[in-house]
Amino acid sequence: MFKPGKKINFNSAKDLPPTPASVGDMTHNFTGSWRNLRPIIDYEKCIDCMICWKFCPEPAIFIEKERPKIDYYFCKGCGICVTECPVKCIAFEEEGK
Amino acid sequence: MKKVLMGNHAISIGATLSRVQVIAAYPITPQTQVVEKLSEIVANGELDAEFIKVESEHSAMAASIGAAAAGARAFTATSAQGLLLMHEVLHWASRARLPIVMANINRALAPGWTIWTDQNDSLSQRDTGWIQLYASDNQEVLDSLIIAYKVAEQLSLPVMVILDAFVLSHTYEPVEVPEQSEVDKFLPPFNPEWKLDVNNPHAFGGLTAPNIYMEFQYNHHNAMLKAKELINKEGEAFGKIFGRTYGNIDKYKTDDADYILLTSGTLARTSNIVVDSYREKGIKLGNLRVRTFRPFPTEEIYDALKKAKKVFVVDRNLSYGHSGIFFEETKASLYNSDLDIPIFGFVTGLGGRDVTPELITEIVEHGIKSEKPENDVIWMGVQK
Amino acid sequence: MLELRLHGRGGQGTVVASKILADAVVMAGKYVQAFPEYGVERRGAPVVAFVRIDDKSINLRSKIYNPDHLLVLDPTLIESINVTEGLKEQGIILINSEKDPSSFNFDGNFKVMTVDATKIAISHRLGSKASPIVNTAILGGVIRALSIASLDNLVEAIKNGVPVKVEENIAAAKEAYESLKGGN
Repeated sequence: MFKPGKKINFNSAKDLPPTPASVGDMTHNFTGSWRNLRPIIDYEKCIDCMICWKFCPEPAIFIEKERPKIDYYFCKGCGICVTECPVKCIAFEEEGK
Repeated sequence: MKKVLMGNHAISIGATLSRVQVIAAYPITPQTQVVEKLSEIVANGELDAEFIKVESEHSAMAASIGAAAAGARAFTATSAQGLLLMHEVLHWASRARLPIVMANINRALAPGWTIWTDQNDSLSQRDTGWIQLYASDNQEVLDSLIIAYKVAEQLSLPVMVILDAFVLSHTYEPVEVPEQSEVDKFLPPFNPEWKLDVNNPHAFGGLTAPNIYMEFQYNHHNAMLKAKELINKEGEAFGKIFGRTYGNIDKYKTDDADYILLTSGTLARTSNIVVDSYREKGIKLGNLRVRTFRPFPTEEIYDALKKAKKVFVVDRNLSYGHSGIFFEETKASLYNSDLDIPIFGFVTGLGGRDVTPELITEIVEHGIKSEKPENDVIWMGVQK
Repeated sequence: MLELRLHGRGGQGTVVASKILADAVVMAGKYVQAFPEYGVERRGAPVVAFVRIDDKSINLRSKIYNPDHLLVLDPTLIESINVTEGLKEQGIILINSEKDPSSFNFDGNFKVMTVDATKIAISHRLGSKASPIVNTAILGGVIRALSIASLDNLVEAIKNGVPVKVEENIAAAKEAYESLKGGN
C-alpha cells in the first residue's frame, strides 16, 4: 500500500544541505495521524465513479482492482470525499471508537 | 574581439557567453536594453535558452528561482523600483541558496520620478543575502558577469552585478569580448548537487523549526565570508586567461597615501584623475575603490587604510537620518580595530547629479582642511 | 583628450551617429566614450550626444561641458537653442547645411564648416524627403574635418552600425567626405 521514504535528521550545521530540503519523498510523513474522523466507503452502495479519487487533495485515495480505496496512513480526514460522493456511500466515523 | 558596447549590451553579451539557460525578465520600464538584446540573441538561435516574459519583477525573480532550483543557469536584470518589487523573493533566492546572477542598473528611486543614477536601489537590498559587485566600466561589467556565475555556483549564493545608469548603461565604449571557447574553459556547465529531479525527489524550502533554522543562517553567513576569498581567487584566475584581474577592492596609489578617497562605481574612476592631479602637486592622495559591498571586505579595507591619516568616503546614496552607506559600513567595520583616524562621509551625486573632478577636488579640500568631520553627512554639491 | 558634442533632433540618428563615430575611432586605435544626454528622447525634440576621445584609457566619467568641437545635424537648431554654449575657442562647428560656411555668424572665435548632408542623404534614399537620415553622411564630413579616424575606419563602422541600406550609407559618407566646405 505504501513505501516508506527516508527520513534523515540533521543535527549540526555541518550535516545540512544548502537549503532546507527533504531528502527522498514525503512518504515517511504519516499524516494519517492528524485525522480524528475516519471516512469509510460502503462498497455495497459505491458505484465506482471515482469522484472521491479525483477530489482527494492529498491524494490518499487510490484505485485498486477498479475500486476506490482509502490510504489511512495519509488520509487527514478532511471529508471532501464524504461531501462529494454522489451516492453518499462514504461516511465519517470517529477515530478510536 | 574589441567591440564598442553600451553597458546594457555588455551585460547581454556577458550573459550569453556564460551560456545562461533561463532568462526571466519584465520587459517594460524600468527595464533596460539588457533583455531586449538578449531576447534578440535567443530568437536568432545564438543562445540556447528559455526566455520567459513575466508580468512583474517579483515574478521575474520567482521564475529565476524555479529555474535555478531545477538546475538551470538563470539570469535576470532590473533597475530601481523593479528591484524593490523583487525584495521579498530576493531573500527567497539567497536562502534557497540558488546561484542566480542578476544585473541591476543603479537608478535613483521615485518620487520624484527619475531615471538617473544613484545606489539607493541596490543598497536597500543590503541584507537580502546576495553578493553585490559594483562595476566601474563596461569591460568590468561584462567580465564580472562571467566571474559572478563562477563564484555563485561554487558557494550556492546569488550575485548582483551593479552598474551606474547612463554613465555605464547607455555609454558606448570599447570592450574586449572574450572568445566563447575561452569562457567555456573558465566557467564549466552548472550541475548542482541539490536540484529538483523527478528521479531523485526533494522538496525545498519546507517548514524549518527553531532547532535547525539558525544553522542554515550560520552556513549562509559562512558562505558569504568565504566569498571574500573566492571573488579574489576567481578574479585572479580570470586574469590569467583574459589578462584582466578583479578583486574585492581596487587600490589606486593608496600604498603610501596620507589621504585616501573611498569610492565605488564610476565616480571611482573620475576620482583617479583627482588623485593624479594631487600627486602632481606633491600631496599623497590615493583612491580605494570598493567593488564588493557584500560580503564587506573589512580586512582588505583595513590593510589599505592602515597607514593613512584621513579617509574621505564618497557616497552616491544615503540612509536617511544616519549617513552614506559605504561610510557607515567602513566606519563600523573599523571600530574594533586599532585604526584611529578621522573618516569623513560625503554624500553627493544623488539622482544622477554629475560628479566632476572639480566636485571630488572640493571633497578632498574639505577633508584635508578639517581636523575632524563636523557631521556624519557632509553634503557636497547640494544647493542649500 | 578631444571632446565633441552632437546636436540633432529625436529620430535623426544623433545617438547612433555618436556610436558609429566611436566605433571608427576605436578602429583607429584610440580610446573613446560615446553617450547621449542622459534623459528621455522624443521624436523632433532637440537631442544631444557626446563623444570623448583619447589616446589612453579614459577615467573621466562626468559629462562634457566644454566641448572642443560641435556637430550640428539639423541647422534649424541654431535658431532655437544656443548650440555654442561652452564651446572652446577655435572650436570647429560642422553644420549640415547647403550654405557656405561664411553665411553663419556665431558669437565667438569658432571655425565653421558645412556639408550638405540632407541633400546627400536624400540622393542615397536614406530616410524620406521630409525626414532624411543624415547621420552617416555628416560623419563623412566629421572624419574629414577632425582627422580622428580614416575614411576606411568609418566605412567599417557603418557596416557594423547601420541595420539597413549599408551600401547607401557608405556612399553617403564618402560623398560627404569629398564635399566638406571650409575644411583644409
